[in-house]
Amino acid sequence: MKEMINFLILPIVIPFLTGILLIFFAKYVPIQRGIAGISALLNIIVSAMLVNKVHHEGIQTLNVSSWQAPFGITLVSDMLSALLVLTTSIIVFACVIYSFKSIKPEQERYYFYSAMNFLALGVIGAFTTGDIFNLFVFFEVLLMSSYVLLVHGGTKIQLRESLKYILVNVISSALFVITVAYLYSVVGTLNMAHISVRLSELGQSGIITVIAVLFLIVFGLKGAIFPLFFWLPGSYYAPPAPVMALFGALLTKVGVYSIIRTYTLFFLQDTGYTHQLLGILAIITIIVGVIGAIAYSDVKMIIIYNIIVAVGVILFGVAVMEPESLTGSVFYLIHDMIVKAALFLLVGIMISIAGTSNLRKISGLIKRYPGLGWTFFIAALVLAGIPPFSGFVGKVLIVQGGFIGEHFWGAGIVLISSLLVLFSIMKIFINGFWGTPQSYKGEEMVPVRKLLAAPVILVSISVLYGAGSEFVYPYISQAAETLANPSIYIDAVLKE
Amino acid sequence: MEIIMAFVIGILFMSATYLMLSKSLLRIIVGTGLLSHGAHLLILTMGGLKRGTVPLLGENASSYTDPIPQALILTAIVISFGVTAFFLVLAYRAYQEIGTDNIERMRGNEGND
Repeated sequence: MKEMINFLILPIVIPFLTGILLIFFAKYVPIQRGIAGISALLNIIVSAMLVNKVHHEGIQTLNVSSWQAPFGITLVSDMLSALLVLTTSIIVFACVIYSFKSIKPEQERYYFYSAMNFLALGVIGAFTTGDIFNLFVFFEVLLMSSYVLLVHGGTKIQLRESLKYILVNVISSALFVITVAYLYSVVGTLNMAHISVRLSELGQSGIITVIAVLFLIVFGLKGAIFPLFFWLPGSYYAPPAPVMALFGALLTKVGVYSIIRTYTLFFLQDTGYTHQLLGILAIITIIVGVIGAIAYSDVKMIIIYNIIVAVGVILFGVAVMEPESLTGSVFYLIHDMIVKAALFLLVGIMISIAGTSNLRKISGLIKRYPGLGWTFFIAALVLAGIPPFSGFVGKVLIVQGGFIGEHFWGAGIVLISSLLVLFSIMKIFINGFWGTPQSYKGEEMVPVRKLLAAPVILVSISVLYGAGSEFVYPYISQAAETLANPSIYIDAVLKE
Repeated sequence: MEIIMAFVIGILFMSATYLMLSKSLLRIIVGTGLLSHGAHLLILTMGGLKRGTVPLLGENASSYTDPIPQALILTAIVISFGVTAFFLVLAYRAYQEIGTDNIERMRGNEGND
């Protein structure tokens, strides 16, 4: 079947066309909701088929416009990217159906779902592309949509934080272009597989290490590693819950994915320097994130700092570069995307009930909203990695890899961090859900049951992901195998 | 020629950094514009500044220019144009809403929004 080689572009094309289509139906909210929901569901099915295809037939590649591999833009779906595309589609679906009930119709009329679809397009494109400059372009697509979503609603805090967010990202985009220019002047190619071949031919040299560190800065700004996370708590605090969930679950993870890709495919010559640097930064990121998560008594801030912790944990696994830790990182990456989205949506419900995100002013929610309470409780256990939930498997593998690679300090800090993460999230549960029930102004207006549908879906997937890890493991280990042996990726792209 | 370009790019980055460190929003936006100009010139220089004919069309020339950096710049220019336009509109809206273009007064946290 000849047309099937184009299959991997479908998850990019569907949100793209949906986004355009929705612009025409901007004033008809019910039609918009229908189209956005159906297309998001369709994208899940297509991505699941893509995962299945990659599992059975190996890495899928598509040379756009039939330009042969190193010369044109190549799209590559290896297992890691296919799994991340599937996870992204699931999260986008959950956020879309959550938005039906939580975003005001006046706002929905102003291209809200279009922006969401373009964001999905950018994220999925960034996961799929095999061309370093094309990665930049997809980054810009997702950033542009994120600017729109961040400022959507136009409250003072949103405007203020958007300005800072855009400034940070404009600078990081300029750095990205500069880094690509340096890389191009050294290797003379933009195809990621080809870059990897050329870099290994060149061997170790100072300029490559410089480029590696520059890439770490560029992607670290997106992925919020220490010391480049400073912009994140402010910006993620501003938008409404579904946008916050999209940002928290997807945007930082695109940065993390890019670091994983470049540090397992390109920069393998001087790992003593580059990967050690990554490892040290990852550990400091975990520590800073944990401190933030414990220090704040604001539900949004606690979850936001937990994003930073997770970024550190995942990147520590990558820095160790043992097969176990890479498997763990991939496992944990997917786990974290799903559970963070669920937590942001749950916290969004809490805030819309209580009218505040200050934990000191919320209490006793579980009496009136037992469904919300128990879903939150399970999500908290999943996040902290209590066995048999999914965070546990990922962390075990990362720590195991850490011990094999003799990074005892790092592995120890990862272990301690999960205890403190549990503490920080239980703080929300104990203060917000236990205690004397209060009545809040306007809480009857909140359609809690309908809002709860999306986080319940995500938490169930997350629980299944952990309980069925036996079933998921072959997929994850296939993804990690490609990361551990870049030659699989290179051969698939540069096949004759 | 590359040396001159390096100086030009350096001066652009320098001015961009200076402008972006100022308090006025408009200056910051001009700064981001200069920063992206510097980055674009850098791509051009990194591809190698050499004279040659158009690639693909002629087959008998002794040297060809590299088309890739030009394609990259074109893409990057379009993107930075779009972002700058959005940034300007946002700055204007923020000025109307917040009543100041001084970035110092846009500090703030949960407490004062």
